[in-house]
Amino acid sequence: MFRWFHKLASTRNFYRLSEILSPWLSVLCALLLGAGIFLGLFVAPTDYEQGESYRIIFVHVPAAWLSMFVYMVMAFCSLLVLVWKMKLADIVAEVSAPIGASFTFLALATGSLWGKPMWGTWWEWDARLTSELILLFIYIGYMALRASIDNPSSRSRAAAILALVGVVNIPIIHFSVDWWNTLHQPASIMKFDKPSIHPSMLQPLLLCALGFTVFYWVLMLIKSRTLILERESKSSWVQERITENRL
Amino acid sequence: MHPKRKQKLILVGLMVAAVAIAAGFILTAFNSNIQLFFSPSEVVAGEVPEGAEFKVGGLVAANSVKRIGDGLTVEFELTDNGETIPVQYTGILPDLFREGQGTVSVGKLDENGVFIAKKVLAKHDENYMPPEVADALEKAKTNKAQPYGADTVQMQ
Repeated sequence: MFRWFHKLASTRNFYRLSEILSPWLSVLCALLLGAGIFLGLFVAPTDYEQGESYRIIFVHVPAAWLSMFVYMVMAFCSLLVLVWKMKLADIVAEVSAPIGASFTFLALATGSLWGKPMWGTWWEWDARLTSELILLFIYIGYMALRASIDNPSSRSRAAAILALVGVVNIPIIHFSVDWWNTLHQPASIMKFDKPSIHPSMLQPLLLCALGFTVFYWVLMLIKSRTLILERESKSSWVQERITENRL
Repeated sequence: MHPKRKQKLILVGLMVAAVAIAAGFILTAFNSNIQLFFSPSEVVAGEVPEGAEFKVGGLVAANSVKRIGDGLTVEFELTDNGETIPVQYTGILPDLFREGQGTVSVGKLDENGVFIAKKVLAKHDENYMPPEVADALEKAKTNKAQPYGADTVQMQ
């Protein structure tokens, strides 16, 4: 297990793995998202109260989950950077940040679009909405911090510390709807109880969520490859690949 | 594990714990500011800011919604199943507004204890189901069977 981990941790092996995996994962992602969106938009029944408007959950909920999941990946990578000085973890964390920020923005934007007709407001300073907005600011701050430090080793350390400090926000986002009274409804699925969403709607939602997750893996793998080439451009294996013209 | 790495791991752990504790203190201190709204019980108990604008949240009491005069002004009662307060609002109500539904109203108390809302927001619960299921539940409810998800419908 540890040897396998060490092998994967080498940027060269990861590059190879990414080359093999990303086309397959892309196909899987297209299938999952295609099925999820089709079932969600055309097959799933309308909601008894919200009518058709509820269908935004098929984008909103996966985006919100991924905004937190990507952050947890980033935080875990930061731990690997700080304790084990793992180069690859720094690369994964760096490429994940803009993806996570995009998911956060998507969750906020779709929520706002839904909020206007349903709640009667685009925005309310309730705990869930505010903590998700703070997550967006943490992502932006993280990217800005990376962009502002030139020295590679201090850049990765500073970024890792910021990511680990920001991790306290994740449980706050998740439990905000239980700890305080909010306009945002409590969790329908991520709770220790049976989901309060009908199976015919839950199925496409889970497909979409899985599709979004695979989408993240695909983007992360492809973007990491670019960054690996950039950082290791002087290494022999990259030079070899350049001369053989197979990047 | 290498002792130096172990030390670093402990340091990172302590840092995250310290930040978590700090965040915990801050959130506890600001608890009342983070709450989005007051409940009708708090309004009746006089725990709300006097003469200032605030938010009150609760369920729209059954058979309490009345339209008066101009057709735009609505009067209804807001309840948390303990206390009830009267609310008056002039304007367009959100789609989800109905009796039994959770709402959050923004406004002020007038001298008669009526809450004059300048904005009414509807709160949605976490239940999603097709209309046929909702109908079936309604029937089951009248037959006093345990309805699907009824134990989770709640207002805080």
